[in-house]
Amino acid sequence: MVSGTYLDHAASTPMRPEAIEAMLPFLADHPGNPSGSHGGARVAKTALETARETVAEVLGARPNEIVFTAGGTEADNLAVKGGARAARRRGLDGVVTTAFEHKGVLAAAHRLESEGFRVSEAEVTASGLVDVADLAGKLDSGTALVSVMAVNNELGTIQPLPEVAAAVRATAPQALLHTDAVQAVPWVDVAILAGGWDLVAISGHKFGGPKGVGVLVVRGGVPLDAEIEGGGQERGIRAGTVNVAGVVALATALRVTHEQRSEETRRIGALRDRLRDGLLAAVPGAFVNGAPDSTTAGHLHVGFPGIESEALLVMMDQRELYAAAGSSCSSGATEISHVLVAMGMDRDAATSSIRLSLGYASTDADVDTALAIIPRAVAQLRAPVRK
Amino acid sequence: MSRVLVAMSGGVDSSVAAALMRDQGHDVTGVTLKLWGGDSDSGCCSVSDVEDARRVAAQLGVPHYVFNFADEFDAKVVDPYVAAYAAGRTPNPCIECNRSMKWGRLLDRARTMGFDAVATGHHARITYSGDGTAELRRGEDPAKDQSYVLSILDQPALAMTLLPVGEMTKADVRAHAQRLGLRTATKAESMDVCFITRGGRKKFLDARITPNPGDIVDTAGAVVGVHDGVRGFTIGQRRGLAVATGERRYVVDVDAATDTVTLGERRDLLCDEIELSRLTVTGTPIANGTSVFAQVRSHGAAHPAVWLGDVLRWETPQPRVAPGQTVAMFDGDRVLGSGIVA
Repeated sequence: MVSGTYLDHAASTPMRPEAIEAMLPFLADHPGNPSGSHGGARVAKTALETARETVAEVLGARPNEIVFTAGGTEADNLAVKGGARAARRRGLDGVVTTAFEHKGVLAAAHRLESEGFRVSEAEVTASGLVDVADLAGKLDSGTALVSVMAVNNELGTIQPLPEVAAAVRATAPQALLHTDAVQAVPWVDVAILAGGWDLVAISGHKFGGPKGVGVLVVRGGVPLDAEIEGGGQERGIRAGTVNVAGVVALATALRVTHEQRSEETRRIGALRDRLRDGLLAAVPGAFVNGAPDSTTAGHLHVGFPGIESEALLVMMDQRELYAAAGSSCSSGATEISHVLVAMGMDRDAATSSIRLSLGYASTDADVDTALAIIPRAVAQLRAPVRK
Repeated sequence: MSRVLVAMSGGVDSSVAAALMRDQGHDVTGVTLKLWGGDSDSGCCSVSDVEDARRVAAQLGVPHYVFNFADEFDAKVVDPYVAAYAAGRTPNPCIECNRSMKWGRLLDRARTMGFDAVATGHHARITYSGDGTAELRRGEDPAKDQSYVLSILDQPALAMTLLPVGEMTKADVRAHAQRLGLRTATKAESMDVCFITRGGRKKFLDARITPNPGDIVDTAGAVVGVHDGVRGFTIGQRRGLAVATGERRYVVDVDAATDTVTLGERRDLLCDEIELSRLTVTGTPIANGTSVFAQVRSHGAAHPAVWLGDVLRWETPQPRVAPGQTVAMFDGDRVLGSGIVA
C-alpha cells in the first residue's frame, strides 16, 4: 500500500507486486553469480537470460541487443558517450540533442563537448515538443549521434521520434539514433515509437520495477565504447556482476506493464482528465502546460497564477499529497526547470507550475484527495496576508 | 501550540532552536534556504549544510524543506554587495540578507503559508513590554550576541520572530545539542560571507567588476603609492596597504570617483559624528536628542552618542566608519534601531 496520496509516478513508481515476488528468490535462495559455472550460477544465469528475452520481446529487439545497466542515467551515459566516442574513430564528431533532455543526456553531451565534439541542442516548441525542423538544421554528414527523448519527463509530451528519424536518415545517415525512453514505458509501446532506433534507454523504477536497474538496447553491429570496464559482462559493453534480482524484477514489471498498457492508459487517462478538469474548474486562472493531444495518460503539468510551486508543494506535502515541480538538485532545492525555460515559458508561469503524475497505482480516491487539497491550498496562498 | 517555521542553516544554533521549539510543543517545520547558486566553501548554502539540517530535522521528527531563493539573493544581496565595493563603500551582506531574505522573502512566505512564527538560531532575545510591543535585546552570551545583525528588524518582523537560543550561552547550546545527539553539536561555526569562495573577496569582485588603478595619497595629497582598485580598501584598514612608511598608517578615505585611497594616522580617522541613511527602528521612532549606545560592527563595543535625526554625535570622537556599514543603536541591552553609514 503506497503511503500518502502519491502523484509523483514520473519520479518513481511503487514496485509491482509481481516484480517483488519474482525477485525475492534471487535475494536469498539463489545467490549464484551468473558468470559462474556451478549449479547455483546456472540458476542465476537462466533467470538473467530469461529476463533478457522478455525485455527484448517487449522492446522489439533481439536478446543479444539488451544490455543491463544500473539505471536510466547510466544507460543514457553509455549510449551518448559510448556511441559518440566510438563514432569519432570513423571521423564523425557532431552530437545533436534537444534543450529539454534529461540531465543524464545533457550532462553526457556537455562532457563530449569538453572533449572536442560539436554539440548542439535543438529548440523546443512552446507546447513541449522537439522542433524537428530546427533539429534537422543542426545535422550534417559529420553528425555522430542524435539523442531525442521519447517522452519528456516533466510535461509527459510524446515526441515525434519517427519524424526525427526520417530527418536524420535524410541528412546524417551515419548518425546513431539514441532515445531516452525512461519516461515512456508505461504509456507508449517503445518498440513502435522508437522502432529501428539504434540505442534505447529505459529504467526499471519508472514502471513498477526496482530502482538501480536499467536497460540499454544496443542494435546489432552498433559500435559502442564501454563506460565501465572489467570482467567483460554484457558482451563487454557493461562490466560488473549483473543485478540478477533487479533484472528479473525489471523484466517482470515490463511484461506486466506491456500486457496491461492499453487497459491501464485508458483507466489512468480518465483519472488524469478528471483531475485536470476538476483543477481547471476549481482554481481560477489555472492552466495546463504542454501539448494535450500528445501527452501521456499519466502526466498533468498545471500552473496556478499568483502562487509559488515551492510553497504549494510544501502545503500539499503537509497533507501527505506528494508531487513535484521541475527537477531536484542534489541539495533538494527546486530549480527553475530547464524544460520550461527551453519551451520559452515566462518565469512566473514556470514557478507557479507543478507536475502531477499518475501511474498504475493511482486510484479515484487519489484524485478526490488532490481535488480536495490543491484548490484550497492555492486559495490560501493567494489570500492577502496580514502583517 | 503554534505553527513555527524554523530556519535551519545546518549549524548547531539553528539545530537547537528547532529542538527547543519542538520541545516547547510547537508544530515545527524546518527550512533551509538555498541562497547562493555558485560555488561556496562555507556558510549556509552548501549541499553538506543542507544535508546536516535535513538529518537534524529527521532526528527531531520534523519535516524539512529547502526553499530556493538564489535568484533574489543575487538581486538583493550579491549585486548590491558588488556595486557597493565598486563605489568605494563597505557593505554588510549578512545584514542585507537578514533584511531581504530571512525577514523579507522567508517571512512573507511563512505568512502566506499560514505559519504563526519564524524561529532562527540567532543569539538575541525578544521580550514584550506591557503594551505588547516587541523589544529586541542582546543575547545571553555576550561573546556570541547577534543583536547587531538583527538591528534592521521592525515591529511586524519582531512580532513574528522567535529566537529560542538567545536565552542560552553558546556552551549551553552545544551541550544541549550533545544531549540530543545532534550531528551538528561539534560543528565549527561559519565565519565568512557565505558566497565568497576560497579565492577571497578580491577575486570574487574582480570577476564581476573591472577595477581601476589609482593613487594612494597622504592627507596632504602627496602620492605615496599606487593601488590596483579601490575595492581592496576599507576605511580604518591598516593591513595590506603595500606602502612603506615610517609610522603606522590607516586608510582614512576611499574615493571611488577619483580612484583615490587616502592614508593617515589614527587621529585622522577620528570624527565627531556619523550620518546615517535607511534608518529602521524596532519600535517607536527614536526621538531627536536621545542618548544611545552605538555599535558599529558585529562584536565591537558600543559607545555613547546622541541621536540627532539622520546624524549620530559621539560623546567622544570615534574612528570613522566606512560608508555602507551598519550602525546599531541601543538603550542598555535593547536595540532601538539602526542605519547605514551614508
